[in-house]
Amino acid sequence: MRRGLGEDVPRTLSAILQHVLPVWLALLALLGASLALAYAPLHGLNGVVSLGIAAMKAILVAVFFMNLRRPDPLLRLAGGASLIWMSFLFALTFADLAARAPETQPQAGQGTGSEPPMRQPF
Amino acid sequence: MSGALREPWRSLRRQREAAAFGTWIFLGSEAMLFAGLILAFAVMRALHPAGFILAGRETEVALGTANTAILLTSSLTMAVAAEAARADLRRATLWGIGLTLALGAAFLAVKGFEWSSDLEKHLFPGEGFALAEPSAHIFFALYWIMTSLHAMHMLGGMGVVAWLGWQAWRGDRPLQSPAFEAAALYWHLVDIVWIVLYPLLYLGGRAP
Repeated sequence: MRRGLGEDVPRTLSAILQHVLPVWLALLALLGASLALAYAPLHGLNGVVSLGIAAMKAILVAVFFMNLRRPDPLLRLAGGASLIWMSFLFALTFADLAARAPETQPQAGQGTGSEPPMRQPF
Repeated sequence: MSGALREPWRSLRRQREAAAFGTWIFLGSEAMLFAGLILAFAVMRALHPAGFILAGRETEVALGTANTAILLTSSLTMAVAAEAARADLRRATLWGIGLTLALGAAFLAVKGFEWSSDLEKHLFPGEGFALAEPSAHIFFALYWIMTSLHAMHMLGGMGVVAWLGWQAWRGDRPLQSPAFEAAALYWHLVDIVWIVLYPLLYLGGRAP
């Protein structure tokens, strides 16, 4: 039974546990994977991998525990808006950082020519 | 159903949506607060990769990982409590709230051990700081700010959850109240903040 704003919520403890236990197991598996991969030689990609796994964990929590899977457009919009503002924050700051690097950043002058001293950010 | 519905809502469903909406707006401001700090961390890491890798190796990865597992589990128990309250399951609600509080306290206890070990290793920026690299100071300044701000959010969340649990225990607040779900949303956001802090503070510089 699915009505309007996702009122088809579980009514018994076992139904609730069926919903949430697999999410928790997935979260713990991702935690284990992220710890193990942090020690693996991934040639500088360790940071990207660990942040990617963190994003997957955050999505699991938001979708299943914070109920964004329920078809409520208002709440999805409110949650998504924060993400959009944060992406502006990061995109504009890093655009500025990358564009200005050679003149004003601490490593200026130590680089090898005209390459900006920015390295792999993560 | 009766008792939980308040003015001006005509249905519990609308009231629940309004409470969740208001909470999501608040969570947006919380997310921006932490995003500012994480942005500062990301910029400094981009500018000083060597110092940040060096400093990242000094954090207590075992305690940080244990705390991540504890917090993920507390989100599970909080989700169970909120869903059980909505389904009017009193025992499951109270158990969920009790376990959430216990796991929150366990997180803060582990954090306390970790902080004291950090202090013993002179990892607090300032006089006598253990690492020579100047940017390691920045890493640990952000480490202390972010972990203590997060711990304060844990304390705040535990206060709210304990208060709701007390009301549910005494029967002062009907289980259908949207407050349980709103508190759970806040708890999960504090969990998400930690999920992001974990790779930044504990996993950097571990690979050979």
